[in-house]
Amino acid sequence: MRKRRWLAVGVAVLVITVLTLAGCGKKEENNTKGASPSSSPSASSASSGTAAGGTPTLDAIKNRGKLVVGVKFDTRLFGLKDPATGKVEGFDIDIAKGLAKELLGDESKVELKEVTSKTRIPMINNGDIDLIIATMTITEDRKKEVDFSDVYFKAGQSLLVKKGSPIQSIDDIKKGTKVIGVKGSTSVLNIAEKAPDATVLEFDNYQDAFTALKAGQGDALTTDNAILYGMASQDPNYEVVGGTFTDEPYGIAVKKGNADLVAFVNDYLKKLHDSGEYDKLYEKWIGETPIQQ
Amino acid sequence: MLDFSILTDHFGTYLTGLGQTVYASVLALAGSFLLGTLLAVFRITPAKPLRWIGTAYVEFVRNIPLLLVVFLFFLGLPPLGVVLSPFACGTLGLTVYTAAFIAEAVRAGILSVPKGQMEAARSSGLSYGMSMRLIVLPQAVKIVIPPLNNQFINLIKNSSILSVISGFDLMFYADRIASETFVIFSTYIFAGLFYLLLTVPLSFATGWLERRLARND
Repeated sequence: MRKRRWLAVGVAVLVITVLTLAGCGKKEENNTKGASPSSSPSASSASSGTAAGGTPTLDAIKNRGKLVVGVKFDTRLFGLKDPATGKVEGFDIDIAKGLAKELLGDESKVELKEVTSKTRIPMINNGDIDLIIATMTITEDRKKEVDFSDVYFKAGQSLLVKKGSPIQSIDDIKKGTKVIGVKGSTSVLNIAEKAPDATVLEFDNYQDAFTALKAGQGDALTTDNAILYGMASQDPNYEVVGGTFTDEPYGIAVKKGNADLVAFVNDYLKKLHDSGEYDKLYEKWIGETPIQQ
Repeated sequence: MLDFSILTDHFGTYLTGLGQTVYASVLALAGSFLLGTLLAVFRITPAKPLRWIGTAYVEFVRNIPLLLVVFLFFLGLPPLGVVLSPFACGTLGLTVYTAAFIAEAVRAGILSVPKGQMEAARSSGLSYGMSMRLIVLPQAVKIVIPPLNNQFINLIKNSSILSVISGFDLMFYADRIASETFVIFSTYIFAGLFYLLLTVPLSFATGWLERRLARND
């Protein structure tokens, strides 16, 4: 009898735990879907944004005195943290600093938070960051979750291989070829579609993926060429081959409904292009001038 | 409420991952039990070189992170010309790592068998190995079941390390579902429930075994 009573207590505890967790789930979901009224005093009116002439999101950032941007910390040329100095540098970082200067008059008034392909959308929806500038491709699926600025970088998916590899383009990927990618990135979905025979291995971030390639765990690494160039510059034994086989337009993401922030970012990007600053920035990081289209 | 559409839409994906987690866990469980028991015997044998080997193994392996042990197989072997699959690397890493803890549990069990048992066995003419196998180890088994249960539960949970090296286990697929649906919380809660599906019955099974063996006392 006593045993049975303990079992009953156990089951009760389990049920209560699950219900409590379910409750938490509900709360979280409410926060992530749509504009959350609690994240900042002005956010609730954001959906009426620029249409009404107000700039609630921009005002909130100005009041706070700093722009919080989610960037990659592991991606050479775009956002890379130097372990020696602790400084984060790259193309995305320079854009973030430029935006802070434009909005707050000082490029140091930017706070950089590390995001990964997996964490960036939850973080922006939780209100942890104002913008995502993190080599993020604009896709229809993602447009349902966040709003995007105009394209700020035109990338395309390519392959990184060890020099002398028999793989010279996507056509060389045969059955059993091991291709390395990053979890949650568009590139693993693309490769599964364009080279369905490939065995795709997925890792948490680009460093882990490149480490696995170097260790010989895969035959090729696939992602946007911009990131691959960064890896090739890190280790001259590796090269980018076969050109691009997708278009990956990078955009700057903001939380849904913050129209004034999107407009501000687009204005800034236009200014950057018109002044020729953009080409300089591109050359500084990528090492060549942007392809005119 | 939890987003149950995640569970229904991706049930097959979860099951695939669960299968791989069970497969890795069972292999590592059997392997680490054998290796761990062998190491435990090494650690208490009168032969000094074997003792050193046992002690060195246990102290080295249990004092470094599991991730490093797995990386040793995953990244350390390829330069030597041995490329194992991510799944094999993860399972081997788990086996090697858990064996160190099992060795300690088993050693404690053996030492808790009264010394007189071994002495009596030896004086009735059994060799050291036979005394160990026939007299001491069977008595030690009962004592080590609870700590072994702990280690096995840890092993099942630790098998999530496979997700880091693309091992296609439960956690790996949970990561993938989360990154495709952006529903983070519910996805991982369901993954957690699948782990409970493995670990809780294991606890009950060892509890039953424990009572069963105690009956013979």
